[in-house]
Amino acid sequence: MSYIRPHFRHPEQPVNDLGYTRRHYEGSLSTLCAGCGHDSVSAAIIQACFELSLPPHKIAKLSGIGCSSKTPTYFLGKSHGFNSVHGRMPSVATGANLANREMIYIGISGDGDTASIGLGQFAHVIRRGLNMLYLVANNGCYGLTKGQDSATADRGSVSRKGVPNPFEAIDLCTMALQTGASFVARGFSGDKAQLEPLIKAALCHKGFAFIDVISPCVTFNNTSRSSMGYEFVRDHIDATGKMDFVPLRQEISANYEPGSSQEITLHDGSVIHLYKKNGALHQHDRNQAIRNLQTHREQEQILTGLLYLDPDHCEFHDTLGTVKQPLRDLGEGDLCPGSRALEAINASLR
Amino acid sequence: MNTRAKQVRDKVVPDTEKRKSAGAVNDFVIRFANVNGTGSASANNLFAKAVFRMGIPVSPKNIFPSNIQGLPTWFEVRVSEKGYLGRRGGVDMLVAVNPQSQQQDLESLESGGYFFYDSTKPLSPALQRPDINYIGVPLTRICLDEYSDPRQRQLFRNVIYIGALAALLAIEFDVLKVLVGEQFKGKEKLIAPNMHALELGFQYTREHFDCPLAIRVERRDLVGDRILLEGNDALALGAIYGGATVAAWYPITPSTSVVDAFDKYARRLRIDPGSGDRKYAIAQAEDELAAIGIAIGAAWNGARAFTATSGPGVSLMSEFIGLAYFAEVPVVLFDIQRSGPSTGMPTRTQQSDIFAAAYASHGDTRHVLLFPSTPRECFDMAALSFDLADRLQTPIIVLSDLDLGMNDNLSAPLAWDDGRVYDRGKVFNQVQLEAMTERYGRYLDVDGDGICYRTYPGTHAEKGAYFTRGTSRDEYAIYTEDGDAYVRNMDRLLLKWETARTLVPAPELRDCGHKTSAGVIFFGSSAAACDEALELLADENLHLNSLRLRSFPFSDEVPAFIGRHEKVFVVEQNRDGQMRKLLIAECEIDPRQLLSVRHYNGMPITARNICRQIRQELGGAKVTRIDRKAVSKGYSERT
Repeated sequence: MSYIRPHFRHPEQPVNDLGYTRRHYEGSLSTLCAGCGHDSVSAAIIQACFELSLPPHKIAKLSGIGCSSKTPTYFLGKSHGFNSVHGRMPSVATGANLANREMIYIGISGDGDTASIGLGQFAHVIRRGLNMLYLVANNGCYGLTKGQDSATADRGSVSRKGVPNPFEAIDLCTMALQTGASFVARGFSGDKAQLEPLIKAALCHKGFAFIDVISPCVTFNNTSRSSMGYEFVRDHIDATGKMDFVPLRQEISANYEPGSSQEITLHDGSVIHLYKKNGALHQHDRNQAIRNLQTHREQEQILTGLLYLDPDHCEFHDTLGTVKQPLRDLGEGDLCPGSRALEAINASLR
Repeated sequence: MNTRAKQVRDKVVPDTEKRKSAGAVNDFVIRFANVNGTGSASANNLFAKAVFRMGIPVSPKNIFPSNIQGLPTWFEVRVSEKGYLGRRGGVDMLVAVNPQSQQQDLESLESGGYFFYDSTKPLSPALQRPDINYIGVPLTRICLDEYSDPRQRQLFRNVIYIGALAALLAIEFDVLKVLVGEQFKGKEKLIAPNMHALELGFQYTREHFDCPLAIRVERRDLVGDRILLEGNDALALGAIYGGATVAAWYPITPSTSVVDAFDKYARRLRIDPGSGDRKYAIAQAEDELAAIGIAIGAAWNGARAFTATSGPGVSLMSEFIGLAYFAEVPVVLFDIQRSGPSTGMPTRTQQSDIFAAAYASHGDTRHVLLFPSTPRECFDMAALSFDLADRLQTPIIVLSDLDLGMNDNLSAPLAWDDGRVYDRGKVFNQVQLEAMTERYGRYLDVDGDGICYRTYPGTHAEKGAYFTRGTSRDEYAIYTEDGDAYVRNMDRLLLKWETARTLVPAPELRDCGHKTSAGVIFFGSSAAACDEALELLADENLHLNSLRLRSFPFSDEVPAFIGRHEKVFVVEQNRDGQMRKLLIAECEIDPRQLLSVRHYNGMPITARNICRQIRQELGGAKVTRIDRKAVSKGYSERT
């Protein structure tokens, strides 16, 4: 959204545990269309990082190509960012994470970037269990090239071009579940109350966290016959339940009726409180999560919220058995075996 | 000697005596024709290693199919007292133990050569040639008599023919004994049966033939402290010593063994003694695009990272190589070339990725290339490539090939200076950023060499963050479509290219010691055959100066060398003379001055082939101060 941001800020803006205001987590001005869902996603990321008191310079933002992939410029201006090539953010994120396991990695992608050109990399970064937040701002169309249907557009959905999409949609949450993601959620850019705690929980999750955020394209795919327009989504949304996220060290002050909520403790000690909506919760059952998505889909409902969570899942560094110290911090003393070892190798080759 | 043995001897030996014997002491080519997947490789390696241990220069080459089991595979060993390590061309002795390829094998044998075969069944009359010698050893029958397990029959058949060859070629049996002991260290139970198999072949052959033959080996002291090592192993060791911590790859012949070797050595040399944790990470990616993406991501975040691939992988990686060039991310790529285009001949060698590597990706790009020609140089250049990548903040592509990478090459021993410090290039650390009062600009050319200062993510809480992108940006890494800013950036990259020219390894120049107007340029795995060809041509009084390219961009010595000669041959293993064209384009050379010597059938280039092509050219045109008689003589000798 192009606008002139006021320099004036309220002198008594709240600060977080690090002493930073929310402004410290902002980025450059957005150049996306006014009303674009992606700006709400950026705002939610800013709010989540601010509230979690994450040091911005310990976060790396990575993206591919497309409208969504432009957004890392618009949040966390104190963080390093990498706008890579189309559909290949997952590999760059993998490498970055291998180099320094101590940072937080946020990958931003879109439905074209993930479900079409980058489908392979998406599946494989999940298989690896990379410790990152992978967020797709999903609008069912290619915005930058003027509104072609993407692979997540529902069959029969009609964008501004006016032609019903004849192809089956790829459901990224289902795919993430099938390929082994340990945190899978779906949000809606128009539901900040749900999206922010989801992002917070995902950032604290040790392992691969995937959030598919339905983020309508106001310019090309916000028609009355589009299944990704604001109107349709608002009418057809169904949440798994309300959710609170309680970071580590924060006292739990809310009152929960016994039996009405479920607590999930994450690796870093923070807690997710889930409120049951109807009946039992199935957030630890991968198969049930897939079935839930399928059932809602059949009923033309969009299921949102936390769909699946396995807090004890292995991440890539554990699988590889790498040292605790970031690899990039190792120097000659750690890495170079020296001339004596080489002499022994020479001797074995004679 | 028993009667049957005498019959065999009567049948074979007079033939041998009638015919001119090929080769001589410590100077012959032996080729093993096997079926792949039958365990012949370790037996054949035993042969090559035994010759090496007897102090004689040896050059084994594996000629294998793109297949796991059942197709013909060859192992060619050149034994050369003069130390020639390239392929010579022609075969003096064939160990023709694969019936599938016998006809073809027979044709490759030089006149007077030896055809060693399994005489359990009589040799087909179609396999008769009057000008060669036949040596039949009933390998299968010996195995049937000796072993009951089918797998043992197959494996020991290979060891038996090595025993036979030891008798025929005078290989010291004690050397074989030591090697078998080393090979089965930790599996001592296997030593005795293997020694027994060697003896079976040795004894039978001693009893039935006049041993040794005219071609044979004799102990020398010509190897010195040299080692036998595959180029890919050397690259991997160079990566270990050079401080690589992240390797990302996708399996592809002939580069797979680079990462296999990195894994092998890292498990020995890069384990934290306290925790047992690994001081490296290897990611087998889903494809080559992801492989280089991982390497780039790791390098961007401050680790030394590489990927290894071959031609098809380079094609797939091109977009990312362009990103790394434009966004200035240091990354190392080992390209072990094979025969292209497309899938081509996946298990045959070539030097045909010159263009694909030099100008990889769309838009205006140019990449630093290194051309190792020995395992020692593979090691040195691999380690150097990480320093260069960090210094130049750009992709460094090391161009090896299947011949150098996957064959044991005789090489100077590897060496490392313990005082060496990694050059991590221009990186602002926390202290420097803290002290900085001006605005940090990622793409500001502070020093005027085209290389800017980068920062690793996470260095400083307030300063030094920037956005890496493949889109155009200004000096502060801010996205821009301003044409002037774009041009400034592209011109700075060109300035950086000029800086690279001063940092890359210089070419190796050799003056032939005679006045001559002819020169030859070569690189990579063609070097051994070129060195030999130059000696052979000198014997014919054809003298050429030489320049071995070791890197791209070409340093000023390259056009200067070309300028000093009327004619310069460019020897390379591809159809289109890619290096010649690169020289013409990059050094602005008159194309008529550069003559192409090419070889591209997938087999390593031979000295004979190089000599022939150079002779043809020099014989047909007047070359200053070269004895005309010698030229004509050389030209008439077709090889």
